[in-house]
Amino acid sequence: MNRIVELFRNKSEQILNIYFTAGFPTLENTVPVLEALSEAGVDLIEIGMPYSDPVADGETIQQSNQKALENGISIKRLFEQLSGIREKVKVPILLMGYLNPVVQFGVEDFCRRCAEVGIDGLILPDLPVDVYKEEYKGIFDRYGILNIFLITPQTIESRIRKIDEVSDGFIYMVSSASTTGSQKGITDEMKAYFSRIKEMNLRNPRLIGFGIKDYETFHTACAYANGAIVGSAFVRLLEQNQENQRAAILNYVSSLRHSHQVEKIFSNLSA
Amino acid sequence: METTELKSAFQVDERGYYGTFGGAFIPEMLYPNVEELRRNYLDIIADPAFQREFRDLLTDYVGRPTPLFHARRLSDTYQTTIYLKREDLCHTGAHKVNNTIGQILVAKRLGKQRIVAETGAGQHGVATATVCALMGLECIVYMGKIDMERQKPNVDRMHMLGAKVVPATSGSQTLKDATNEAMRHWINNPVDTHYIIGSVVGPHPYPDMVARFQSVISEEVKKQLLEKTGRSTPDYIIACVGGGSNAAGAFYHYLDEPTVRLVAAEAAGQGLTSGHSAATTALGKPGILHGSRTILMQTEDGQVVEPYSISAGLDYPGIGPLHAHLYSSGRGRFFSITDQEAVEAAFELSRLEGIIPALESSHALACLPKLKAASDEVIVICLSGRGDKDLAAYTAYLDK
Repeated sequence: MNRIVELFRNKSEQILNIYFTAGFPTLENTVPVLEALSEAGVDLIEIGMPYSDPVADGETIQQSNQKALENGISIKRLFEQLSGIREKVKVPILLMGYLNPVVQFGVEDFCRRCAEVGIDGLILPDLPVDVYKEEYKGIFDRYGILNIFLITPQTIESRIRKIDEVSDGFIYMVSSASTTGSQKGITDEMKAYFSRIKEMNLRNPRLIGFGIKDYETFHTACAYANGAIVGSAFVRLLEQNQENQRAAILNYVSSLRHSHQVEKIFSNLSA
Repeated sequence: METTELKSAFQVDERGYYGTFGGAFIPEMLYPNVEELRRNYLDIIADPAFQREFRDLLTDYVGRPTPLFHARRLSDTYQTTIYLKREDLCHTGAHKVNNTIGQILVAKRLGKQRIVAETGAGQHGVATATVCALMGLECIVYMGKIDMERQKPNVDRMHMLGAKVVPATSGSQTLKDATNEAMRHWINNPVDTHYIIGSVVGPHPYPDMVARFQSVISEEVKKQLLEKTGRSTPDYIIACVGGGSNAAGAFYHYLDEPTVRLVAAEAAGQGLTSGHSAATTALGKPGILHGSRTILMQTEDGQVVEPYSISAGLDYPGIGPLHAHLYSSGRGRFFSITDQEAVEAAFELSRLEGIIPALESSHALACLPKLKAASDEVIVICLSGRGDKDLAAYTAYLDK
C-alpha cells in the first residue's frame, strides 16, 4: 500500500509534514536531513526539487533553491541520492517542485524513478487539475504515485469538490493568500476558512501549510485539520545550524510537537 | 478591433491553446484571479461601451492611427518596397500602451484598485504607469535590478508618473525575474489587484487578450496599405519577438492569409553559440514558463536559462505560445539577430530615414539583409518603439 494512504489510515491528527530543499545548504545534505527527520519522528517528509523560477515560493525557499542549484543539484542527482533510502527511512516521502523539470525529465521516466527509490507522492503546484486528469493521472497511477493538490482561501466550493474528487492522499490547504514563508501568523480570517473547509467533510484528509513555524501555529492548524506542513522555517533552521544539524532538527521537531512548558517538565523530571 | 470570432488554426482555441502551446499552468493561488479574467474578458471587450472608450483613448490619448510610412531611401538600399508601421509614435514611445489602455479598462470593470506589472526595457512599465495615472489607480512595477540600471530614464519616468518601481533582485535580475516577482505580488494580493502582463505571455487568457489589444496594429496596416498600394496584404511582415506582443499585433489580421509571410526577429545577443543569447526558438525546447506551455531556453534539467540581449525588451528566455505555434507549424519564419546587427540596423535607419529606432525594433530592421525580398515585393516592418531610451547603448557603440 502507498505509505501516504497507510499513514492516514493509521493516524488522523497531529500529522507533521516537514519540507526541505534537496541539496541545501550543501549538495550531499539531502540524505542526512531525511535520516534526522525520520529519527525525530515526523509523519511525512516533503523534498523540494530546486527550480530556477519557483513562483509560488517566498524568499527563503527561493534562495535555498538557487543555492542548491549552484551546489549542482539536479533531478537526476536527487534520484541518485535517494537510491537505497528505503533501507533507512520508512516515513512517507513526497517530492515537491515545478512542472517544467519533470516534463524535461520525462513524466513516465520520472514516475518510474520515483517508484524505484520509494517516493509516495508529488506536489506540483503549476500542474493544472485538468491536464493532470487527461495526461498524467494514468501514468502516476501506474507507478503508484499520488498527486497532491492545493486549495487556498480563494478556492470556491465547487472547485474544492472537484479537487477532492481527483485527489488521493491528502489536500494541501494553503493557509492564506501568499507565497511560502508568509509571516502573517494565523488570523481569525484564516481560522474561519479552516472551519469552512472542515465542515465540507471532504473525502480526503487535509494538511495546512504556509506560515506554520512553531508549537503555536502547528497546534492551531491541527485543531482544524489532520495536520500541518512546515517549510520555510525549517529551511531557515538548516541554513543556521550547519554544524550541529542533527541535534537542531531533533530539537526543532520536538519543539513543534511539545510546548516549551512541557519540555521544561521533562528536563526537570530527568534531572 | 475585430471582435467577431475567427475560426482559425492560429487563433487561441476555447481551451486556451495555440496548437499544443498555451494553457494555464499556474499554482492554485493564482487560479481564482486568472479564472475571473478568463470568464469575463471576452464579454468585457465585446461590450460596445468598452469598445467606445478603448477606441477614443487610442485616438485621442495614444495618437492612433499611427502612420504607415513608405521608407524610400531604405527601400532603395534593399531594392524593394518597405513600409514602417510607426508604433514609435505612440504616446509613451512604443506599442506597449495599446495593451495597457485595454487592460486597465478591463481592470476597472473587474473592480480592481491596484495594478501590478513587470517590465524589461521599462517601456511596458512606463505605459502601465501612464494609464494608472490617467485612471487614478495605484501602480507597482517590478523591474530587474540590472534593467533598472541600464534603462534609468524609464525608471525616472515611472517615478514621475507616480508609480512605485520595485527592483527584482532574484536570478538574472532581468525581465524573467521581474515577471516572477509580479506573479508573487499577485499571489499575495489576489482580490483587489490586476496584473497587467506586458506581452503575449503568461497563462490563458493573457496571450489572447494582449494579442487582441495589439491587433489594432495590423488592423490599421491593412487599411493603410490598401490606400497606399491598392492591396491590403504585404508579402512580408517583420517584427521583433521578446515575448512577442508587437509581433502578435502586427501578424494578427494576417495569420490566416498564407500569402503574407510572417517574419520574427529574435535576439541572438552576442551570437547563438556564445552562451549570451536570447534566441528562444534557435536555442530552446518546449516546456512551461510563466504559466504557459511554450518554447523556452532551458538546461537539460529543465532549469530556465538566463538570457542575454543588448535589448532589455528582448531579454527573455521564452516566447508567447502563439509564436511557439507559428514557429512549430512553419507559419512564421524566425531570424536570430545579434546585438551588432541590431545596432548597425539602427544606425542605418537613423541616417537613411531620420528615425532613431528602439533597440528592440532594430532587430526587426536587421532582418532586411537576410530576407532577400524581390524588387516588386512589399515589406511592412513594425517599428515598435523609439530609440531615445537606448541612446546610451548607441553612443557607447559609436565610441568603440
